[in-house]
Amino acid sequence: MTQYVFQQVINGLALGSLYALLAIGFSMIYGIVRLINFAHGDLVMIGGFATLALVSAGVPWPVILVFVLCVGAMAGIAIETVVFRPMRGADQVTGFIATLAVSIAIQNSTLMALSGQPRNFSFPAFMRQRIDIAGSSASLTDLTIIGLTLLLIGGLFLIVYRTKMGQAMRATAENLTAARLMGVAVNRTIMTAFAIGSALAAVAGLFWGGKFGQIDPLMGFEPGLKAFVACVIGGVGSIGGAMLGGYILGLAEILFVGLLPQEYSGYRDTFVFLLLIVILLVRPSGLFIRQTEERA
Amino acid sequence: MIPDASSTSVEAWSRPRAPQWSFIASLVIVCLGAVVVFTMTQWLDRYAVTLCALLLINAALAVSLTVSNGLSGLFSLGHPAFMTIGAYVAAILTFPATRKGTMLPDLPEWLAAIEAPMLPAVLLGGGVAGLVSLVVGYAVLRLKGHYLAVATLGLIIVVQGLVRNWDGLTRGGSGLSGLPRHVDIWWAYGYLVIVVALAWRIKYSSLGRAIMAVRENELAAECSGINSARLKILAFSVGAVLAGVGGALTAHLISVITPGTFSIVLAFNLVVMVVIGGAGSITGAVLAAAGITLLSESLRPVEEAANLYGLSQVVVAVCLIAVLYMRPSGLFGSGEPSIVKRIFGGRGQA
Repeated sequence: MTQYVFQQVINGLALGSLYALLAIGFSMIYGIVRLINFAHGDLVMIGGFATLALVSAGVPWPVILVFVLCVGAMAGIAIETVVFRPMRGADQVTGFIATLAVSIAIQNSTLMALSGQPRNFSFPAFMRQRIDIAGSSASLTDLTIIGLTLLLIGGLFLIVYRTKMGQAMRATAENLTAARLMGVAVNRTIMTAFAIGSALAAVAGLFWGGKFGQIDPLMGFEPGLKAFVACVIGGVGSIGGAMLGGYILGLAEILFVGLLPQEYSGYRDTFVFLLLIVILLVRPSGLFIRQTEERA
Repeated sequence: MIPDASSTSVEAWSRPRAPQWSFIASLVIVCLGAVVVFTMTQWLDRYAVTLCALLLINAALAVSLTVSNGLSGLFSLGHPAFMTIGAYVAAILTFPATRKGTMLPDLPEWLAAIEAPMLPAVLLGGGVAGLVSLVVGYAVLRLKGHYLAVATLGLIIVVQGLVRNWDGLTRGGSGLSGLPRHVDIWWAYGYLVIVVALAWRIKYSSLGRAIMAVRENELAAECSGINSARLKILAFSVGAVLAGVGGALTAHLISVITPGTFSIVLAFNLVVMVVIGGAGSITGAVLAAAGITLLSESLRPVEEAANLYGLSQVVVAVCLIAVLYMRPSGLFGSGEPSIVKRIFGGRGQA
């Protein structure tokens, strides 16, 4: 029994890592431009397909990881410059509708170009072996995902809290106009935030493909929505909160499926979104933050 | 919302338009529409007529979304959830009793024996959707802007999840097929007429003005004695009832309903219609719905010929982004074109 629970926890942490990677980007973008970026989930798909292309070209895995980060960053920059920059200053809902449109356009263009047929996706064979830890075992894929995610998040925290660009980002998130008056290059800062957030999302796509073994043009939709739930759990706009929210959601989802009888597992998504509605009502600014902004 | 000189001038108030005149004009237009529908049933093939019926239902749904979103300034994406509820309720009622027992074992005895006619089934479908919307609305309408949008998006997923897993009542993912084809283009036309008339009556009444006041400035509206929470729930629920009816009609038009029939893509398309037409504009919603449905249907042969599935959605999305760039308030803003107002007798700026 303890072994079963242990495996479920590892599984939940791996899923939580994916949500955390996505939620952090979501939260960074929201924190700076107050925009809920619906197209964020589609970067998972872009990352997945980029990986697939690189694998078939025979590129070694560590290089793939770096490449996928770059692809994600470039896609994020492209989306930001083409669609969102001209709309800056429009009201919240207009921006949200625009991101929805971008998401639909990306999904359907990919459908047109690559067809809706799911593609098989697998990590190299040695990743599938199981490793013994204290009498239980865990798959190397899950452990790698958890480890690399922690590394990436560590890097992100270094950028945000130890560099000049990070300082500019935090200043812009605090108050865009004031930051601009203090000489922060606001447009460049926003672009960097989009680039970093999107790069993390693309890597989440690489991991997603490796964990679930399949990718398709519409795969980004569900993780995107769930990352939003993770953000809400942690408090939208906070990076640490988004990370914790991701882990909490991943664990909660896996434990919901793993510990309840089989016939409830179909209600997994229902559970997640009921959780969202309940949290929005009870603690609209998240579990960890004091109420700062009006959401409800 | 300061009334400008033209709408409050002596000329406008001293000769109030006789209400009978606009009533007769509307009646004439409804009859003309009926003639058009009749000619269509005579001249077009069955596929084209079904398509026109879908177009009419879409237009009505866009107008119902105008009531719940456009007038009140809420941003709900929950329409497909209410359509799904309405469609399943109606479908369970009209489903042939001989097949109910084997296909839907969890139905209570009295329900399994019933084979309801269309009208009560549709009304019940709308009613149940409305009841659900009251409960949900009470909870989620405290949220604002995109938080409400995502919560209602979550509602779609919750409803779909329930429908997909409640096998004994809904047949799960495979859905209910072979529904009686009770609905033809006349039902769709009648539905559109009723929805537009209702929306028009609401918009140009003190109720509608109160709802729009909440949209413009909630605090100011409350200071003038408007109960904004109640009006928001009312607008949300009116939209939900109409959506439930629309879902029931669609299901019986295409004679099948599955958990995915009314998806998030539909929510997006309806929102696009309302945004392109102008949030709060009934004329705009009808025209945008007709335009977008025709556009995506005319692209369908291209999609099939060139194997480019998804093209129509891309075009719709790009159109939306273009409108948001160039005319963020949509074709007609929140108002109606003056010629339409002359005919149907709307007053004031909107």
